[in-house]
Amino acid sequence: MTSSSNWGSESLAVLWKDLLSEFRTRYSLSAVLLFSVTALAVVSFSVSPYALDPEAKAAFLWIVLFFSAMSGLSRSFVREEETRTALALRLSASADAVYMGKLLFNIVLQSAVAAIVVPLFLLLMDTRPANPALLTAATALGTLALASSSTIIAAIVSRANAKGALFAVLAFPLSLPGLSSAIGATAEALRGSMPEAGIGAAGDIRVLIAYSALMIAASLLLFDYVWNS
Amino acid sequence: MTTDGKTEVFELVLESVSKSYGARQVLRSVSATVRTGQVLAITGPNGSGKSTLIKAVCRLIRPTHGRILWKLGGKEVPAEAGRKVIGFVSPDLMFYDELTAAENLRFFAQVRGMKIADEDIESALDSLHLGGRGSDVVGSYSSGMKQRLKYAYALQHDPPLLLLDEPTANLDTQGVSLVHDLIEDSKRSKCIVIATNEPEEVGLGDIVIKLGE
Repeated sequence: MTSSSNWGSESLAVLWKDLLSEFRTRYSLSAVLLFSVTALAVVSFSVSPYALDPEAKAAFLWIVLFFSAMSGLSRSFVREEETRTALALRLSASADAVYMGKLLFNIVLQSAVAAIVVPLFLLLMDTRPANPALLTAATALGTLALASSSTIIAAIVSRANAKGALFAVLAFPLSLPGLSSAIGATAEALRGSMPEAGIGAAGDIRVLIAYSALMIAASLLLFDYVWNS
Repeated sequence: MTTDGKTEVFELVLESVSKSYGARQVLRSVSATVRTGQVLAITGPNGSGKSTLIKAVCRLIRPTHGRILWKLGGKEVPAEAGRKVIGFVSPDLMFYDELTAAENLRFFAQVRGMKIADEDIESALDSLHLGGRGSDVVGSYSSGMKQRLKYAYALQHDPPLLLLDEPTANLDTQGVSLVHDLIEDSKRSKCIVIATNEPEEVGLGDIVIKLGE
């Protein structure tokens, strides 16, 4: 048995443990997928008779992705508290490794949801994106933004009594800058092809990158206090 | 361990530790110093603060007054190093039910920055009479088996400080005897704190703190 401190491998161990737990229990994925597919079906049946502009379509897509994130991304922390495994994790792992592991898990989970929801949305809304590459980039960066804000909020609310309500209440204002930029970039991707759409979305893409970097950096600074207090 | 192979002396110092929850004072000015090779037994009626004191020792909660120091080889150990210093067994400690015992132990070793071989896991489980059950999910374990698994978790990183809250809870006679032998063996190289009301376990203490008096 050897001992060495490696922040990266410890984070990956947390990610692998969460993926294995998720694979065996379907604790988060089933709830998120059920919500997102149901919401998507409701949206498409309600608005499909109307000719919507790209902004409205992008807003509907991100409403579904945002609320599916709200229904699932808090669970990796909440479950640690509910099953009382947080104590063993707190005593064994560094706070930074726990945060990064949970963030990576939320990115993987939300990416899996987006990989199902976005093509389904395009199909049900009978929409062909003018710029598929930009749509992929907007979805990936929006997913990163949602995961980065949701992870720290999930850690904050995981020991509260009304977790679900508190999570949504705190997540909405904090996620709003990322969400509005994701909607803007997605609308550009649905509307126009390169290079015009790329130029139009450049500001939103920059905001999404800066927002995610800021959220992750602030979370790394705050997480030790949130996790151990 | 030092470079010459000798175990460095670990020292746990409690200086006038008090803890209050609102107006209710749970701990009142508790002081003690325990070193490697010694056992501190904490006893007292239910609600007297035994578990609170154990949690304060491993810095899961902060004392309202006083301070708790960990010293290794005379140098103070920072709080961040707690995960390498503490071995913890408690009724509050839970493992991942959907993972096997071996997966749980491997995960906790990895997040402590250790590389652990399958043989080490098997050997740890064997020593706790859980041999052959390492590939079973923890959810299928009895409460006594889970209690034994907690010892594998607590000892896997060879910590200098072993904190045992109700160390024989849920164990059968054989398990109780196993834990008592383990405490005797660990005593040589570790500083041990036991929170218990079992007279036999209180008797293992070189220093005894009676709470709630």
